[in-house]
Amino acid sequence: MRSSSEQFFKSSPLVVIAAALLLLMITGAVLGPVFSPWDGEAMDFEALEAPPSFSHWFGTDLVGRDLFVRTMQGARVSFLVAFIAVTVSLAIGIPWGAAAGLAGGRVDQLMMRIVDGLYCLPGILIVILLVVLFGRNPYLLFAALGAISWLTIARIVRGQTLRLRNAPFIEAARAMGLSTPYILRKHVIPNVIGPVIVYTTLAIPAVILAESFISFLGLGIAEPQTSWGVLVSDGTAAMESSPWLLVFPALCLGITVWSFNTLGDRLRDHLDRREHIN
Amino acid sequence: MTRYILKRLVFAVVTLFVIITVVFFLLRLAPGGPFDGERRLPPEIEANLKAAYNLDAPLFLQYGRFMVNLVQGDLGPSFTQKDFDVNALIRAGLPVSLRLGLGALVCALLLGLSIGIVAGLKPGGLLDTLLMAVSNLNIAVPTIVAAPLMVLLFSVTLSWFPGGGADTWWHFVLPALALGLPLSAEIARIMRGGIAETNLEPFVKTAKAKGLKSPRIVFRHLLPAASIPLLSFLGPAMAGLLTGSVVAEQIFDLPGIGRYYVQGALNRDYTLVMGVTIVYSFAILSFNLLVDVAYGLIDPRIRIAQT
Repeated sequence: MRSSSEQFFKSSPLVVIAAALLLLMITGAVLGPVFSPWDGEAMDFEALEAPPSFSHWFGTDLVGRDLFVRTMQGARVSFLVAFIAVTVSLAIGIPWGAAAGLAGGRVDQLMMRIVDGLYCLPGILIVILLVVLFGRNPYLLFAALGAISWLTIARIVRGQTLRLRNAPFIEAARAMGLSTPYILRKHVIPNVIGPVIVYTTLAIPAVILAESFISFLGLGIAEPQTSWGVLVSDGTAAMESSPWLLVFPALCLGITVWSFNTLGDRLRDHLDRREHIN
Repeated sequence: MTRYILKRLVFAVVTLFVIITVVFFLLRLAPGGPFDGERRLPPEIEANLKAAYNLDAPLFLQYGRFMVNLVQGDLGPSFTQKDFDVNALIRAGLPVSLRLGLGALVCALLLGLSIGIVAGLKPGGLLDTLLMAVSNLNIAVPTIVAAPLMVLLFSVTLSWFPGGGADTWWHFVLPALALGLPLSAEIARIMRGGIAETNLEPFVKTAKAKGLKSPRIVFRHLLPAASIPLLSFLGPAMAGLLTGSVVAEQIFDLPGIGRYYVQGALNRDYTLVMGVTIVYSFAILSFNLLVDVAYGLIDPRIRIAQT
């Protein structure tokens, strides 16, 4: 296991860069607001709309709030979104896919038809509808984002389960009269975990983008709380007079999405290669 | 083949029906209504208004009436836009949204296919590494970041393109690019994989051994085989395009139907939201139907299995 992860980090300099950038972003999100002398909501009337400087690293916004602290608070929201939404999507996707794959036949057909149908819908528009209709509760938003992103997970788990279904050791377990939930827990899930990790890594940036998209439209996180989408939206409005308001949040968003995508891609290549060798 | 298409058609109609029903009841079950403004209306007037718009009937009767009207092509009056019915609003906005969507799709396909083919023919080469790095960047820079930056650079600073409005084709260049770029990157990635994999297949080797010219190999042999994974991506891609167009229409100030969606939901304009939802779902489902038919035509395995 150890040599495998070592191999993974040595496979490409991009992996190390992406991992380092992510670590930096997470550290900033956790520690940044704690160590900065500024408070995300306090206004510095000496420095309204000030460009980046030693006291305000990313500058300040139109009402004098420190942009570094606000960007890092936005990072907290983004990582929280990623965590909750991905947990929800795994909680739905894994049982759904495993059940479909294990059941087979008509049940499988029906369950995967439902996934196909949902796959083609613009999920984010449904989330928008939910958020608008039932109030701007951040946790509702996060859960709704998770509820639309379980489809890929379900497909992968189902594919792996189908492959495993006729494997000798599963047949043996069945012949021994073990219950289906037991077989799922002990034999199926441990075998599908690899691809699931890869797609979780790729689902995180998608969810982060979706949240920023909805916040950009003014439907997600509400003031005084903030998120990258809110900051980019505010920055867009002020980009001609004070471009740093757009540049820093956009940069953080871009870096995070790129890092997760790169890690996910490389992880997939890595697992593929290992499977070939085995 | 006919049976396959018919089956798909039935599936699409059922899906559309389910979507319409779910959204209808979702809208009505949510708290708030179209007439809860800042100033409360006297109860008598509100009752009259509700009667006029048929909102006082039991929910199932409202649903039945809505469906009967819908089948006749009538989406009802808008609750918030004075003197407009939803049909008129959609008729005005749809051409703009269609042009934006088609433009973005064409831009994404042209860019994505050419990058994917060039990169996939020599995987690991310098050109491949360079093109894929650019593509990865395109995915990481979301529309909400790319679009304002494009406006800043090309409209405000260089004034090559107009910043807003939808009067000429020229107005659609930037929005279509902003919307199509992330999609083109995904297409390039899928295409690159398909081309690289197909290039190793025996039938391509045969074609090369027979001395066919490389453009002919690429377009006759590689492209059809490598397009199959791309086709299954186009359905979800279309959904992404629609979602993105809501933002693009806002940033580039295009009078399409996307902005009615958010505004309509905020104002509890039931009929307007329903109208836009129906148009979107219809667009997506018919697009998917086309993709499925193309699938059947290109992939001999499906053609044979279904007849």
